Amino acid sequence: MTVIDLVSYEDALASYDPVMGLEVHVELGTQTKMFCGCATTLGAEPNTQTCPTCLGLPGALPVVNATAVESAVRIGLALNCEIAEWCRFARKNYFYPDMPKNFQTSQYDEPIAFNGHLDVQLEDGEVFRVGIERAHMEEDTGKSTHIGGATGRIHGASHSLLDYNRAGIPLIEIVTKPITGAGARAPEIARAYVAELRELIRALGVSEARMEMGQMRCDVNLSLRPHGREAFGTRSETKNVNSLRSVERAVRFEVKRHAAVLGDGGVIVQETRHFHEENGTTTSGRVKEEAEDYRYFPEPDLVPVAPEKEWVERLRAGLPELPLVRRTRLREEWGVSAHEMQSALNAGAVELIVATVDAGADQAAARKWWMGELARRANELGVEPAALPITPAQVARVAALVAEGALNDKLARQVIEGVLAGEGAPDEVVEKRGLRIVSDEGALGRAVDEAIAANAAVADKIRGGKTAAAGALVGAVMKATRGQADAARARQLILERLGVTE
Amino acid sequence: MSDLIRLTAAELAARVADGSVSAVEVTEAHLARVDAVDEKVHAFLHVDREGALAQARAVDDRRAAGEPLGPLAGVPLALKDIFTTEGVPTTAGSRILEGWIPPYDATVTRRLKEAGVVILGKTNMDEFAMGSSTENSAYGPTGNPWDLTRVPGGSGGGSSAALAAFQAPLAIGTDTGGSVRQPAAVTGTVGVKPTYGGVSRYGMIAFSSSLDQAGPCARTVLDAALLHEVIGGHDPLDSTSIDAPVPPVVEAARNGTARGLRVGVIREFGGEGFQDGVMRRFGEAVELLTTLGAEVTEVSCPSFESALAAYYLIAPSECSSNLARFDAMRYGLRIGDDGARAADEVTSLTREAGFGAEVKRRIMLGTYALSSGYYDAYYGSAQKARTLVVRDFARAFSQVDVLVAPTTPTTAFAIGERADDPMAMYRADLCTIPVSLAGNAALSLPCGLAPEDGLPVGLQIIAPAMADDRLYRVGAAVETAFAARWGHSLLEEAPAL
Repeated sequence: MTVIDLVSYEDALASYDPVMGLEVHVELGTQTKMFCGCATTLGAEPNTQTCPTCLGLPGALPVVNATAVESAVRIGLALNCEIAEWCRFARKNYFYPDMPKNFQTSQYDEPIAFNGHLDVQLEDGEVFRVGIERAHMEEDTGKSTHIGGATGRIHGASHSLLDYNRAGIPLIEIVTKPITGAGARAPEIARAYVAELRELIRALGVSEARMEMGQMRCDVNLSLRPHGREAFGTRSETKNVNSLRSVERAVRFEVKRHAAVLGDGGVIVQETRHFHEENGTTTSGRVKEEAEDYRYFPEPDLVPVAPEKEWVERLRAGLPELPLVRRTRLREEWGVSAHEMQSALNAGAVELIVATVDAGADQAAARKWWMGELARRANELGVEPAALPITPAQVARVAALVAEGALNDKLARQVIEGVLAGEGAPDEVVEKRGLRIVSDEGALGRAVDEAIAANAAVADKIRGGKTAAAGALVGAVMKATRGQADAARARQLILERLGVTE
Repeated sequence: MSDLIRLTAAELAARVADGSVSAVEVTEAHLARVDAVDEKVHAFLHVDREGALAQARAVDDRRAAGEPLGPLAGVPLALKDIFTTEGVPTTAGSRILEGWIPPYDATVTRRLKEAGVVILGKTNMDEFAMGSSTENSAYGPTGNPWDLTRVPGGSGGGSSAALAAFQAPLAIGTDTGGSVRQPAAVTGTVGVKPTYGGVSRYGMIAFSSSLDQAGPCARTVLDAALLHEVIGGHDPLDSTSIDAPVPPVVEAARNGTARGLRVGVIREFGGEGFQDGVMRRFGEAVELLTTLGAEVTEVSCPSFESALAAYYLIAPSECSSNLARFDAMRYGLRIGDDGARAADEVTSLTREAGFGAEVKRRIMLGTYALSSGYYDAYYGSAQKARTLVVRDFARAFSQVDVLVAPTTPTTAFAIGERADDPMAMYRADLCTIPVSLAGNAALSLPCGLAPEDGLPVGLQIIAPAMADDRLYRVGAAVETAFAARWGHSLLEEAPAL
């Protein structure tokens, strides 16, 4: 492996313009597979969700899943695409053990949706328009698990296990037009695009689009061209970049790598590359010297898909409010900056915040919890906030307990911790852990009396009018009650006992 | 020889229904015939004795219980080994599927069972239906009951030979370029290729998906119609299945007539490569149609000249993809899996050993024709030629109700005669391929014996898509007229086995 001295990102951008192409695969959340009636439940025992069709048994035939076509059309419409009046599936022929028929039923030159765009909003509020080349329908492959090798890759493995549960799950592949003019913001735009697309898919309700579950997978194509040049350079294709952060890092790394190779007078090899989460680098995969010949031809086992105009218009009319429009509206309602909104989006928290508000929480409290404590926990666990074992309704309940004075922030954090640890609903955690604020006058009064007695000098100062010193006594009360006291009420009592007013 | 085996399916069903014979007796008679002659004929790859008798008993039980029986209940049938049969071996004539026991029934299989038809076993065929002689079977050739040194046609030679040898009164074939019609012609039996989409392809092992079509085979036009009605009709498991009622084929077969019918003779079929005796019998059949009151004209279909070439690009292209699944990973043969070899090596070794020469030839042809840089010249051009064939048929059917042609250019050729000459073999389907490309319907029935060799000649009747009933109406009229002229059915002239 040749080691390249990367050039800095700034130096790379000083000489070159990046051109990107993003290919995103989305697994649709249909009840059944693309071409047969098998279930699509995640996590089932291997090879229990299979039938003659998705196992590619001799004689078996596919039948198109109508819900998947509907989802594809809705995605196309939401991406401002034209919808094909007539299109066919095509066979993409290549051999791989986890592909039952040794061809993938996909679409080739007749995608169901084409020529659209998606507006994405960047951190500073700027809106960048990403052109959509096409969105087409296809089926997923099975899954190979390579056993015996050090890396989990096929190299060095002694054997492989095949699970065909995933074979035939409906996929929509969304391909952008070449993204030019991104300049230094290319990594940010790539990330924002994938994030926006994910929101869109979720808003449409066609997939949960959880990247960590493989429900949404991204390939990053990147090339550089010297400033002022029209023609694109040779591209690399970084496969399976499967988190928003990785998308950003992969683009950044490839910009630096391409610039280093080109700067040395080298040539970029057209190849696929693997992205490494652990250090943010890419390494060479398969060299595409001879472009792989998939021998596409129209799938003769399936009749063409011909969406009727009226039906398409009904679907268009039924589209939900799209995410960017919705966020702009929410931003106004919540009175937050574009940057704050973008952070919420990047954290995958917008819909959770909305759901929490819908469950009765104040919007500021909802944002505070989801963007603070919960975002931090999700990050630690490497999952999206939506995957945390806490519901928006539970967060709203915690917020309500705080609002009514039953919890302070510190206790609320402990309640959330308890819910996440599986100790039950917020009220149960409060009960079990005994976290209710000590506001009962007797207990609090005793703590206050003890604090005054133990800190006579401070008490004197307060009596002398230095009410600011009351903080020290409040601290003592909090310490004595292990944080469970209502701090404001404690301060009131201290001042009352010492006969001073503010 | 038991009389039962000489009866038609319609007669057998009637006797089973009225109780004059049991389905078990009928089945045993046919199994006995298989035992007696199949060593010579080799029509069957697998005889499912227990399954057949169990099905026959079920029919007898239903009758005893007073339940209504279908029009073919208790009638034995020979099923081409290209249809999956749950629990019964299915090889498609290939070594690569040796030992495979399908876990599911094809729709055709299921419909036969539901109709009370007794499946005797699975019949021999050219490997994956690729061939016109049944010599490409990995399990040895089938003999033509008219002359065991000659081929029974192909790919469905086993099914047609079983009919001609009186091993079964009914059989199922599949027709991609003529594999039902050509064997019917050279064995003196009746074979129908229904309109594409008329019979479900689910569970029928694919050769060329846009052309493959299952069809009924029988010794009489009416029997074929009865079988057509049982297996035909919409199937939600096959996307290309036509969602419309089966044309009224049985009614047509019972009321045969050619009166007032406009019949077109396809000018392009004749001349070089066509056996004199075949053309003579065909000419007599056309004359017969005139005497039956048909109005005969000549019709030109110039695009048919390129049909054979187009077919030999489209069918191999599709088969190169359809047969990719035979990779030793999930079922069938597996060669070289010694724990040291990588999966792709095992796949290669298995395909090398498991596929026959003709199958390999077609996989290579098709792979080449679909390759980038060649696609437009080969697959693309072939599709254009196909469109021209469709247009020629459309133009012809704007002038006539049915078209007629010889089913095959020659009578049955000798086993081994064309084995080393693929082009000569491919020409056996010259007259049947245009119909397959266009997706419309055609029927072959006997129109006499060629004087020079005494072997059967087939008359092909062609109808527009979804007008399958016309085939039976004309076919039944011709069949009746010929029987009257000959004083018996043609098969009665076949030598004893």
